[in-house]
Amino acid sequence: MFMRKVAIVGVGMSKFGEDWKRGFRDLILEAGRRAIEDAKLSGAEIDGMYCGTMAPGRLIGQEHAGALLADWMGLNPMPSTRVEAACASGGVALRSGFLAVASGHHDCVVVGGVEKMTDVPGADVVSALGGAGDQEWELFPGATFPGIYALMARRHMLEYGTTEEQLAAVAVKNHENGSHNKYAQFQSPITIDTVMKSKVVASPLKVFDCSPVTDGAAALVLMPLDKAKQHSDKPIEIVASAQASDTLALHDRKSLTSVWATEVAAKKAYEMAKVKPKDISVAEVHDCFTIAEILAIEDLGFFKKGEGGKATAEGRTALNADISINTSGGLKACGHPVGATGVKQAVEVTWQLRGEANGRQVKEAEVGLTHNVGGSGATAVVHIMKRAY
Amino acid sequence: MAENIAITWRRIPERYRLAGTQCTTCKTKFFPPRKFCTACRRKGKIESFSFSGKGKIYSFSGVHSAPAGLELEIPYVLAIVHLAEGPKVTAQIVDCTEDAVKIDAPVEFVFRKIRSDDPEGLIHYGYKFRLVK
Repeated sequence: MFMRKVAIVGVGMSKFGEDWKRGFRDLILEAGRRAIEDAKLSGAEIDGMYCGTMAPGRLIGQEHAGALLADWMGLNPMPSTRVEAACASGGVALRSGFLAVASGHHDCVVVGGVEKMTDVPGADVVSALGGAGDQEWELFPGATFPGIYALMARRHMLEYGTTEEQLAAVAVKNHENGSHNKYAQFQSPITIDTVMKSKVVASPLKVFDCSPVTDGAAALVLMPLDKAKQHSDKPIEIVASAQASDTLALHDRKSLTSVWATEVAAKKAYEMAKVKPKDISVAEVHDCFTIAEILAIEDLGFFKKGEGGKATAEGRTALNADISINTSGGLKACGHPVGATGVKQAVEVTWQLRGEANGRQVKEAEVGLTHNVGGSGATAVVHIMKRAY
Repeated sequence: MAENIAITWRRIPERYRLAGTQCTTCKTKFFPPRKFCTACRRKGKIESFSFSGKGKIYSFSGVHSAPAGLELEIPYVLAIVHLAEGPKVTAQIVDCTEDAVKIDAPVEFVFRKIRSDDPEGLIHYGYKFRLVK
């Protein structure tokens, strides 16, 4: 298989949060401008764009986001494609951009991700996000996304003895990391007590087990590695990109306590990158709910199945511990503008590998991983990145 | 999200009486009914299959934050029910509080109103489950 090596040469993101003053176009323009300036590009070099966004049709009444973004970024007539894979839209957009450059078809691709979520009432956001699951057979009978992840949490607690305090430890750790990230939606540390005393959303999950509703965008620029040095002193090579699919509905899965699509994508990614889980020093994983981070760190091979909760409670996933998980604050504290998340994860890992993660820098970060999940695990995307300088 | 009349009408056999399918090649039972066997693919042969409505709780959650249309229902118990014939289904557990629900508890099908939030006045009915005493 002929493939060119691909590098990230520029990254940028908007401040994540509840941002009533700015709309969909403002957010992606800000992230895109920052990435293009970071890559020292004029703009004329760009020959393709992929943008992950999950539900602009439901959230702001706007489809055809690919063309809209090329238009508002002044990049017409460049081909611009919207990518949708629920909460994995950003990760799949990154993979689309990676394949476009690796194949030799494009030489300079902008990958964006954006979601504008706070223009509609909360119940409508819950319903729109429900579209990530099986509308006719999960959502119609009364499932919500917190409810679906609660079903996974309940089984994990039964099969492995995971506790609500261990789930809470994920949120506490991610809020601590978020407190060092100026782009994070939540920058205040919390305690186990904060989580345990918060309102129940879908038992055993409480408000502080859930990622928030967020407005935000992230973007990065991809080029062939052999041209990357002209645009960045610190190019970051994408050494693996892998994706897998599973049943849309959670009830059709063989297991509720592991995400098979994550396991398959991770295995492929490790093979492609020729690295092992122990070689990864920093990872951004998909913690839409606290249980999701526990499943992720097990399914990615960082900890044995069933030991993710205990490992988190022991502090082994904290900044500069055994492995630094979700240094950005994760979806939990940095925020989860769904289409932007997969791209933001790669932005954070790029900063870590460049040594630019001020206040939350992982020491000697050489190899990083991003893990983005759509729905309850019907899509999983894993990327592995390395310093190329 | 409210479903329109056509979707509701199309799904009446499955939602009102758990009408499913099975593949006669590999004997896999499907609920919701699939018209293409995902194991045998083109070698599969699909026919109708009726489920007994008996099953066990596989996992559950007490939902306290409702999606649009179910605001008046909370708190309600959401579960994955493992049907006696094989497949699992997502449904509400009714006629009890969350405290009474346990994993592996036997349950049975009941026919209930699911929601009535449709702007055209359509009332949606379908399956829920209740604990077997």
